[in-house]
Amino acid sequence: MGQHGMDPSAPLTGKPSKKTQRKLRNEMRTQLISFVLMIFLTSMAFISIASDAIPTGFAMPFILLLAVIQVILQLYVFMHLNERGNGWPNAMIWTGVLVAIPTVASLMLLLGIVKW
Amino acid sequence: MADQTVNQHTLPPNPEKATLEGRNKFLGFWFFLGGETVLFASLFGTYLGLRGGVVSGPGPDDLFHLPLVFIMTMILLTSSLTSVFAIISMKRGNYKGLLVWMWVTVALGLAFLGLEIYEFYEYYHYGLGFTTSAFASSFYTLVGTHGAHVAFGIGWIVTLLIRYRKTGLTLTNAPKFYVAVLYWHFIDVVWVFIFSVVYLMGYGG
Repeated sequence: MGQHGMDPSAPLTGKPSKKTQRKLRNEMRTQLISFVLMIFLTSMAFISIASDAIPTGFAMPFILLLAVIQVILQLYVFMHLNERGNGWPNAMIWTGVLVAIPTVASLMLLLGIVKW
Repeated sequence: MADQTVNQHTLPPNPEKATLEGRNKFLGFWFFLGGETVLFASLFGTYLGLRGGVVSGPGPDDLFHLPLVFIMTMILLTSSLTSVFAIISMKRGNYKGLLVWMWVTVALGLAFLGLEIYEFYEYYHYGLGFTTSAFASSFYTLVGTHGAHVAFGIGWIVTLLIRYRKTGLTLTNAPKFYVAVLYWHFIDVVWVFIFSVVYLMGYGG
């Protein structure tokens, strides 16, 4: 790819290689498993609040933990951050998270507790 | 050789990253998502700081209807999966499959958006206007910004689907679909936190 005289609007034809097909089959399975896991985690979070069975002091950190696990699955499986050669995308999103955490913490404290 | 063009290509394993333009789109888009993370962080922080300020208006306990929000969460999560199917179809060279799964994603996105509009309409009728309280403003801004992202994502994907309905998969449109799907997943990432932090924690604590 990328050779001279290449027309990027020409249709892509043919089947993927055997190796790619096998990779895609495995990928499909991984994606489905993580989807089921995400459904399960969401349901757990919902039940832990809706049923009143779990004390609030425990439920808060519990559902936050479930949310973090779900987001890691979404980013690394659905959005393929786990694949090789994705170092820069990882750097980008984690830089965002690095700035996001103090942003949330400081706004919470300044607006909610100090009330400036 | 440079003036000779090839009018057909064999399908590469990752058509979205087969050209320099595709790789640049991919990288640039992750840079954008890093920025989006900070945008939503500032809205989350504002909401968490102001959510106690309900004045005389209704608060989270009076308003939130968890089963509805749970259904919305499931719809968005499923739409994330159907967009994964779309990309797998693309990599298999099944362009029709890509289009169909993307339309399914759009339909689920519209269902989500419809329920959100219904939800806001209900809250408004319970007396929660945008300027009713600090809680109201920060809630509508956070959840509304997410809803605007969903609406934009739907518009984006529909535009791609109409523009490329007959072209077949090409090295030009593969990165476009791929990046739109990344955006769609990111919308779901943000919603997971809205569901947990705004709705579940608003109801529970």
